[in-house]
Amino acid sequence: MSFILLLEQIFNGLQFGVTLFLIAAGLTLILGIMDFVFLAHGAQVMIGAYAAASLTALTGHFYLGILLAIPITFASGYLLEYLLIRHLYRRNHMDQVLATFGLILFFNELIRIGFGPAALFSSLPPSLSGFVNILPDTPYPLFRLLVIAVGLACALGIHLLVSRTRMGAMVRAGANNETMTAALGVNIRVLRRLVFAAGACLAGVAGMMLGPLTAVEPGMGEPLLILSLVVIIIGGIGSVRGAFIAAILIGIVDTMGRVLLPVILRSFMGQAAADGAGPALASMMVYILMSLVLVIRPTGLFPPKG
Amino acid sequence: MRNFTIAALAAAALTAGPAMADTVKVGYMTTLSGSAGIIGKQMQNAVNLAMEHTGGTLGGQPAEVIFVDDQRKPDVAKQLANRLVKSERVDVVAGVIWSNLLMAIHKPVTRSGTLLISSNAGPSPLAGKDCHENFFSMSWQNDQTPEGMGKYMEEAGIKSVYLMAPNYQAGKDMMAGFKRHYTGEVAAEVYTKLGQSDFQAELSTLRAAKPEATFVFQPGGMGINFVKQWHQSGMDQVSNLYTVFTVDNLSLPALKDTALGVISTQTWSPDMDNEMNRRFVADYKAQFGGYPSFYAAQAYDTMMAIDHAVAKAGGADTDAMRAALAAGGIPTTRGSLAMNTNQFPIQNVYIREAVLDADGVATTKITGTVFENHADVYAKDCSF
Repeated sequence: MSFILLLEQIFNGLQFGVTLFLIAAGLTLILGIMDFVFLAHGAQVMIGAYAAASLTALTGHFYLGILLAIPITFASGYLLEYLLIRHLYRRNHMDQVLATFGLILFFNELIRIGFGPAALFSSLPPSLSGFVNILPDTPYPLFRLLVIAVGLACALGIHLLVSRTRMGAMVRAGANNETMTAALGVNIRVLRRLVFAAGACLAGVAGMMLGPLTAVEPGMGEPLLILSLVVIIIGGIGSVRGAFIAAILIGIVDTMGRVLLPVILRSFMGQAAADGAGPALASMMVYILMSLVLVIRPTGLFPPKG
Repeated sequence: MRNFTIAALAAAALTAGPAMADTVKVGYMTTLSGSAGIIGKQMQNAVNLAMEHTGGTLGGQPAEVIFVDDQRKPDVAKQLANRLVKSERVDVVAGVIWSNLLMAIHKPVTRSGTLLISSNAGPSPLAGKDCHENFFSMSWQNDQTPEGMGKYMEEAGIKSVYLMAPNYQAGKDMMAGFKRHYTGEVAAEVYTKLGQSDFQAELSTLRAAKPEATFVFQPGGMGINFVKQWHQSGMDQVSNLYTVFTVDNLSLPALKDTALGVISTQTWSPDMDNEMNRRFVADYKAQFGGYPSFYAAQAYDTMMAIDHAVAKAGGADTDAMRAALAAGGIPTTRGSLAMNTNQFPIQNVYIREAVLDADGVATTKITGTVFENHADVYAKDCSF
């Protein structure tokens, strides 16, 4: 494998990683800080993709579609918290699993009723469908570079928000000791709602960026939900920094596994056996990594302090 | 007293018997829920359209179609098949999209003496050693379509091809069928994860390998993902794309002009010029807004085959219907269909290209015939 191809694959892994991070960032806060088991986060990805694809078709402008879709995903998260989630905080984890699993089915069926079971058309505007040479004579899709840039910008934004602002301090304080924070005059209920809506919005942005790349169809977020749960576990539940590092790690391990494992296996076993075992082993890589991390550090790589 | 009641009921049932037996009952199994629900929906539409075209009858007899949703699960399919055969007492079980589901219901249905007609799946065991006189295919044997592509690319003088398919049985069957008629160099054979949504890593590797041609089998949503990303990565400049069951009238509405020019092989296309197909496509588009896919056409053909069999048999008698179907000459959207000794169709395999129609809607058009009256290779292993 040449250096150029290796570099290209690292970019592919990075792009997959930042997408996972956008989904996992909100989820790790909901799971770790709010101590709430939320399984319907994949639905937020789907809502984001559908909102962007249909608004782009409606307005005829890709950027306008995205711009209008962002507040919609925020509002959907806000409303969901207000209508349902806040009643579940005091329930045990099993109730939360049941209720939010039900939400997955509910949202998938809602989308199917509203938009039909077929995949929605979504594509890139000409201005974004070009290529950039990341090295001389190495074209890379411009939109995928943009996904990496948006993902990194979001990561930096979340980091600054949580560690440098008053709002972030309240979120961290609320996580440490909820009763004490509330006693100091912080409206913990509103704070939770905002964190939840922001998480939904980030997952929605991931969906918007996946829309032009993959099929926009009911249930499109579920495979990503499982991977983002793995990200959270590896990173340490509740840690945004851990989620970022774990997401990039998973993105690169998954990509490299898919590309390199069949080649490596072929060097010491038959072609047919390697073709069978390669993809099977590659799809296990992420979970093997998770098991290893859990053996060495049971609370994840960066468990939040406190 | 109790015995008398049962006897009376039995007598009543007997007198009512002839009128009841006149109704031809068809159990139609497909996937109506989950992400593959769109395929089942199209098949259901086509079956309903067929019944509309026959005036609600099959072979001139009053008819009833019972739809069941297999949820793409073999265990559910088996349960439903037993229910259709034992409690609904249907004359024919038809439909079935997936090979693994068809394998699960094959024995329970055929052994009960009920006819089983596949509208899609065509696994090799059922065409060869495990064939059964009560099983018919109104679609194709899995290998037939990729075999056509292998022959086409061989004749086009393509020296090197890169193969890509999901890592499951049908994926491997498709690639095996392709290689049966293609003797050139296979640059690489890559198996991806079933249900994979992002192929960018595989495409980067493919770009570096620079094969003259790429042959892909990625059905359903995977096909939409693959073709989109192929286009976005500018792969058209690197290699020529050939597909089976990837670019069709199910994926084209989501792909639009992204897939234009992609070459596939298939046994049917909406532009096939015969009376039944013209009527089917025109009425389907008028009623359901959009082109039917090959799944829909095969579902329609299945109902037409039952209609033909009941008419020739003069009723829903299993032996007579079986003889009528085995004799071939079945009127379908693919023209008059001949049956092989293993009761799979002997049919043409066409080259299709993704094009825009007169209204600017993406569809497929036949540009040539690779195989005329093509039979599958497994028929020789089949004896009833």
